[in-house]
Amino acid sequence: MAKKEQDLQQVVEDALAEQKVPHVKFKGIDPRNIDVDRLTKPSKETRQERWGKGLTFLAIILIGVLIVAIIGFVGMHGLATFIDNKVNVFHFLFSTDWNPGAGKNHVGAAAMIVTSFAVTLLAAIIATPFSIAVALFMTEYVSGKRVQILQSFMELLVGIPSVVYGFIGLMVVVPAVRAVFGGTGFGILTATLILFVMVLPTITSLTVDAFKAIPKELRKSSAALGATKWQTIYHVVLRAARSRIMTAIIFGMARAFGEALAVQMAIGNAVLMPYNLVSPAATLTSQLTSQMGNTVMGTLPNNALWSLALLLLIMSLVFNFLVHLIGKKG
Amino acid sequence: MKKNNLGKLLILMLCLPFILMGCSQSREKITIVGSSALQPLIEQAGNDYHLAHLSSNIVVQGGGSGTGLSQVQAGAVEVGTSDVFAETQKGIDAKKLEDYPVAVVGIVPIANKETGVKNLSIKQLSDIFTGKIKNWRQVGGKNQSIIVINRSRGSGTRSTFEDLILKGKEAVNSQEQDSNGTVKKIVNSTPGTISYISFPYANDQNIQKISINHIQPDNKNIPTNKWPLWSYEHMYTKGKPNKATAAFIKYVLSKKVQRDLVPKIGYLSIHEMKVTRDSQNKVTKIGN
Repeated sequence: MAKKEQDLQQVVEDALAEQKVPHVKFKGIDPRNIDVDRLTKPSKETRQERWGKGLTFLAIILIGVLIVAIIGFVGMHGLATFIDNKVNVFHFLFSTDWNPGAGKNHVGAAAMIVTSFAVTLLAAIIATPFSIAVALFMTEYVSGKRVQILQSFMELLVGIPSVVYGFIGLMVVVPAVRAVFGGTGFGILTATLILFVMVLPTITSLTVDAFKAIPKELRKSSAALGATKWQTIYHVVLRAARSRIMTAIIFGMARAFGEALAVQMAIGNAVLMPYNLVSPAATLTSQLTSQMGNTVMGTLPNNALWSLALLLLIMSLVFNFLVHLIGKKG
Repeated sequence: MKKNNLGKLLILMLCLPFILMGCSQSREKITIVGSSALQPLIEQAGNDYHLAHLSSNIVVQGGGSGTGLSQVQAGAVEVGTSDVFAETQKGIDAKKLEDYPVAVVGIVPIANKETGVKNLSIKQLSDIFTGKIKNWRQVGGKNQSIIVINRSRGSGTRSTFEDLILKGKEAVNSQEQDSNGTVKKIVNSTPGTISYISFPYANDQNIQKISINHIQPDNKNIPTNKWPLWSYEHMYTKGKPNKATAAFIKYVLSKKVQRDLVPKIGYLSIHEMKVTRDSQNKVTKIGN
């Protein structure tokens, strides 16, 4: 016992000398009157530590199970089209004949795949220059209060529910497109114009972050070399932020690709290969939302919709993967 | 202390879904899922019924006819509502389901006001929707191309329309819209459009209702099948309903609901029908 007491005293003295663990109270500890249990059993702080760790771990497990369950469920139903109903995968990907109610030779999703990609790419192409310009203005040209005002405007755009965008699209954009370009006003162009506004805040705020992350020293060095503001922006800021801008665009595209409601209201929902920008078409998501309630679980039309959902899921994984890839490359 | 509260809060939030799940298990619960067309009627009837039978608990959800039928077949809900006969749906074993038609709703073709056409024959309608007739001039209207706005594939309204007008022919691939309201708005604002909606939505001066063979789309022409475009609104149960469900269905079929509520929503009482129609679209006079 005497040995142990000595050891303990040594430990306490060392700790007091270094004070590495300031929250532990040493004052009450007397080496001759030691409560060995208290010192060797886990303290209150340790229990708190374990408790918190366990709780967060539980949350992670729960989310993990959820994700696996969702992927498993969508995968199971989505693959049933090809396994149970014996639909050819190539037929599904490349045929434009979509009428799953009529049998396994009418499950071609090509028209929807093409349309989904078309609206996504077009929306990103239109939105990117605007986003970069706005982000440049917000980081390079104004400062202080005005940035905050602009920022809150952008956040406001994010907060508008997609059904509101869709409704505005239906009431304003559709008639406008009809008046200018003819046709019914429903089609890829209309959907693109709506999606453009919807992805704008996403791309802009991420681009703003990209510009903010560039060290001030780079800008100052450029100025010291005699570059004008524009030369600095063009040759230094934009170049240094290139990969993060790419990430921003891909996040915007992921949002556009998955958007269902607003697109469904504006695109016309005709499962046809689009032959121009104002002909009615249908995206993967719009077909899903408009058809899900009308099909019977377990039948081919229902499984075919699950396959569309699986395709969407795979695409969002691809978008995520791209973001990681770009992030790694720097 | 503060940390501890945070921990408790976290636990509470994690457990919340389970607690809420526990809440929903209460007495005499009837869940009714399916047709969005029938939803307002059943919701209203459910509320009235609850006031008279406080122990009842009726939950009404939309989701579409297909959802209603598959959910009731799976036994997940007590009642599935549908605009179409269960027999016509693949993957549904209609023999296991008990059919209660509770109301009748008419469907009317509508066109944009400026097409100049007010009447069509069934043949003409069929040719328009299968894409054979492409210009309003061919049916006595203006020289303007026809834009077909169809309803969502598999929806009750579309099934009824295709069964009765197209009679098995394949509709032209065209724009599809889900809801009556959207269709009305599009037809109202787009030149050359034609579509069809259910009667309760059709009272609007801005669209042209189209009569078929010069018979006006009117609720009083439906009971005799003079206006042929109508469908039943069904409530389906899996086998014989339990006591609470049977009582509610009886209430929906009672005079009180059928006389007041059903016409108020724009439907026709099932008791007014002088003919019946089966799932093969065979019409028989009642009493014969």
